[in-house]
Amino acid sequence: MRYHTPTSFQEASRLAAASGGLLRYLAGGTDVLVQMRAGMVQPDELIDLKHIPGVFDISRTADGGWRIGVAVPGRALGAHEALCRDWPGVVEGMNLVGSTQVQGRATLVGNLCNGSPAADSVPGLVAAGATVTVTGPDSSREMPVEAIPTAPGRTALKKGELISAVTLPPRGPRGGDAYLRFIPRTEMDIAVVGAAVNLTLDGDRIATARVALGAVAPTVLLVEEAAKAIIGSTLDDAALDRLAAASSAAAKPISDKRGTVEFRVDVAGVLARRAAQIAYDRAKGTGK
Amino acid sequence: MAKDEITKGYRLVGTRPNRPDGLDKVTGRARYGADFSLPGMLWAAVVRSPHAHAKIKRIDASKALALDGVKAVVTRADLPTGLEGEDLNLQENTLAGEKALYDGHAVAAVAATSQLLAQDAARLIEVEYEVLPHVTDVDEAMKPGAPVIREGAADYSVPEGMHPNVVRHMEFGHGDVEAGFAAADIVREGTYKTEATHQGYIEPHACVGQMGEDGRGEMWVCTQGHWYIRRMSAAVLGIEAANLRVTPSEIGGGFGGKTTIFMEPLTLALSKKAGGRPVKLVMSRAEVLRATGPTASASMDVKIGMKKDGTVTAGQVMFRMQGGAFVGMSPIGEALPCAFACYDIPALKHEAVEVLANRPKAAAYRAPGSPMAAFAVESLMDEMCRELHLDPIEVRLKNAAKEGTKSSYGPIYNRIGLVETLEAAKAHPNYAIRLGPNQGRGVASGFWFNHGGETSVSLAIGEDGTVQVSIGTPDIGGSRASIALMTAETIGIPYENVRVNVVETGALGVNEPTHGSRATFASGKAAVEAARQAIAEMCRRAAAEWEIEPEAVEWKDGAAQPAGPNAGKFPPMTIAEIGAKMGGTGGPISGHHETNAGGVGASFGTHVVDVEVDPETGRTTVLRYLVVQDAGTAIHPAYVEGQYQGGAAQGIGWALNEEYVYGSDGRLQNTVFLDYRIPVASDLPMIDTVIVEVPNPGHPYGVRGVGETGITPPLPALAAAIAEATGARLRSLPMSPPKVLAAIKAKRQA
Repeated sequence: MRYHTPTSFQEASRLAAASGGLLRYLAGGTDVLVQMRAGMVQPDELIDLKHIPGVFDISRTADGGWRIGVAVPGRALGAHEALCRDWPGVVEGMNLVGSTQVQGRATLVGNLCNGSPAADSVPGLVAAGATVTVTGPDSSREMPVEAIPTAPGRTALKKGELISAVTLPPRGPRGGDAYLRFIPRTEMDIAVVGAAVNLTLDGDRIATARVALGAVAPTVLLVEEAAKAIIGSTLDDAALDRLAAASSAAAKPISDKRGTVEFRVDVAGVLARRAAQIAYDRAKGTGK
Repeated sequence: MAKDEITKGYRLVGTRPNRPDGLDKVTGRARYGADFSLPGMLWAAVVRSPHAHAKIKRIDASKALALDGVKAVVTRADLPTGLEGEDLNLQENTLAGEKALYDGHAVAAVAATSQLLAQDAARLIEVEYEVLPHVTDVDEAMKPGAPVIREGAADYSVPEGMHPNVVRHMEFGHGDVEAGFAAADIVREGTYKTEATHQGYIEPHACVGQMGEDGRGEMWVCTQGHWYIRRMSAAVLGIEAANLRVTPSEIGGGFGGKTTIFMEPLTLALSKKAGGRPVKLVMSRAEVLRATGPTASASMDVKIGMKKDGTVTAGQVMFRMQGGAFVGMSPIGEALPCAFACYDIPALKHEAVEVLANRPKAAAYRAPGSPMAAFAVESLMDEMCRELHLDPIEVRLKNAAKEGTKSSYGPIYNRIGLVETLEAAKAHPNYAIRLGPNQGRGVASGFWFNHGGETSVSLAIGEDGTVQVSIGTPDIGGSRASIALMTAETIGIPYENVRVNVVETGALGVNEPTHGSRATFASGKAAVEAARQAIAEMCRRAAAEWEIEPEAVEWKDGAAQPAGPNAGKFPPMTIAEIGAKMGGTGGPISGHHETNAGGVGASFGTHVVDVEVDPETGRTTVLRYLVVQDAGTAIHPAYVEGQYQGGAAQGIGWALNEEYVYGSDGRLQNTVFLDYRIPVASDLPMIDTVIVEVPNPGHPYGVRGVGETGITPPLPALAAAIAEATGARLRSLPMSPPKVLAAIKAKRQA
């Protein structure tokens, strides 16, 4: 195995493009190192991104959104008051990943590129409308987060491409988001179902909404029907019922060691409903 | 050191001094199995079957042996032949022979100069398998057409016409059950299933073994019982017990799972082949879950007759249990006697079969068999109490076994404390708390026999009057502190002046492992006897100096004192004074006691649990949990409470989320703690405890074992609480959210 410490994303990209063998990027390492220790992955090239300037930064964008470096750990997101005020749902999703120790290392981009349909930070990012900057050997491009995972363990990134930052849009007034996951325990577990809701209000009515579900399909789902079910409503019981039904209908899970199809379909609706209520209360300024 | 309110006039027994292993453990100094290393040491790795059931056609290690740094490979062909019975089982489980019998079954082992190299070499060992049909479920394994795991394995007890996987049958009872059912107002039946669960000790198995060409060896190992390791390893390898010296490490949990061998002899076999270099083998968590432990899975039919006032008139059980692909590993012989042990019932019939399945060889797990039996019997008892609108504690009091009751399994109970635990549970404030919506309360009682067993203890007086006690039972739950307290109490010296050491096999006679909740009972009892022997010798030394008869000397407050009118007037001679001059008064002073400890006192407990169930997700939150159990005498109450809480915690895990998940290929799907869901700290409330003390007349300080009973009531208690919270009764463990939600939905539709 060769271990690289590039100082720019272009250099990292060139290294990756030139690599002939199995390649892994190292940021927090909370997936890669565990997989290496378990003998699941034995990379030929390990490219450590933490020597690239700016990877630990959280900064405001010109339009009032946020740009988050690829090595920013969950703990730093949780400690960033202004970011938590704007995007509590995104941060609470990331903060559910692993243990306190893991939070000191694990990153949004790592969680995304690991490609797990159950990744806790991804539904929140998708609901938020977050994008990522993809750096290739020759150029960079912006992609929506939901376009990155293509199947369990797989991403849309081409050879030589890597993600160089996450961008969250401006929160704007009267918006709120929330993420909930279901696990049978209280921590140290993998989402059996995850649901994120992001919405903005016009008065008491929902003006815009995005609903994303995790662990109920090969990739995190952006569920437009679920969003339509609540747009224009005041999140009354009928709207919540429509939201739950649309979310359950969109869920296409499998039965595995973590849960059954029937359970995941039911709970997708339950969590979407509960997350929507939290997001709505946050948007009104009455929620936590 | 505050004296506890429950002391019975003792100076030290019943107090809570600092634990002797505490500082080492919190500073990281304590040496666990994997902490031991030797110069020139090799590392071992094990090749394991990826198939649940397969013929092993060929093993080719040539590529592994060609690697620089690979020193030895062993397969079954390197082990002696001709073993029988459990010795053959142990050998077969150490390394598979003709067939791999479960996913994870060891097939070969390799030793190399580093751990990474050993793992690389293991991947290069080629094994050709012919995959066979497999079966992992106990009920499926009995059905016609189920793959036969071992031809001709059934013993004489099995009735004709049963599937060859049924290898043992057992039945007993008393009274006329049909008449009993006829006399009942209601007779109810139920079928209950429990999944296998792992002991879940945090420290994986680890050992270092060294053996020369001369067949003399040493082993440093994490175990609950190093004489068992010695005997079993010697049997598997065909060497003499006395030529193997085994030293136990500090232990990070065992719960019964470390009373046997899994991979330990491999280190010796590899060492011998590698020219006597020591070999270290440390299991990964996945190896632990695939190839060690677990307890049995069970499928159980229960039938109970009850009068309207709660009097139980008759009971009947049929248990089916699998303990893996090895005969004799399921705890049917313990589960049946435990089934109705809490009750005085005029007519009982017990029957059970052991069934082979393609699963790992089961090991003991905290009260083996009793939690399953309790889940079946106590659940049905609870269902009947609810049907008759009777209080579950009152019904248990009405039927409770007491001193003089002929137990469900034969012997007559001496003084026992079940009634006291029920009364204490009824009086506890938790039992009066009003419950809210979606909340429920469950009550269940439980039993464990406890055990005495082969025990050898030595004690020696130091030159300064301090005392060392050498015991052979590894300390898994505070026995060093408890034995120090009892020794100090007996001799009349401070707790801090006694050091208790767990010593190696070369230092004492044979000791059974720390199992059966026996260490504080049996090693403690032997330590008290050894102390009395040393006291008698110290009295003789004083008598000789005072030139009076030894009978005229009594031992009091840590000193020899003249006793009686004719003894003369001498100032007390302290243990420190006697120790200082013992070299000139006859030599070292020690005490020794060995026994097959009798006088065991059974332990009963009653648990009360409150839960809240999310009706939309089926998720259970344990709101509060109460353990009431008879300790006989709590020597060190903090450790007793710890045992109660630990048993409850493991029971809660078993009840709610722990299970072995097998794929259709027979492979274990959840081989790490991420998916094998033991409770995490935040899943549990602070578990309330009440120590009931009904002293055991068979122990000098009244000790009953306390380690095991606590895991027995949680399974049925939680099922009862969930039933009250949801209206849905779950008769199959674990009561995981998908199953609870499905039960809630089925109830709604009904």
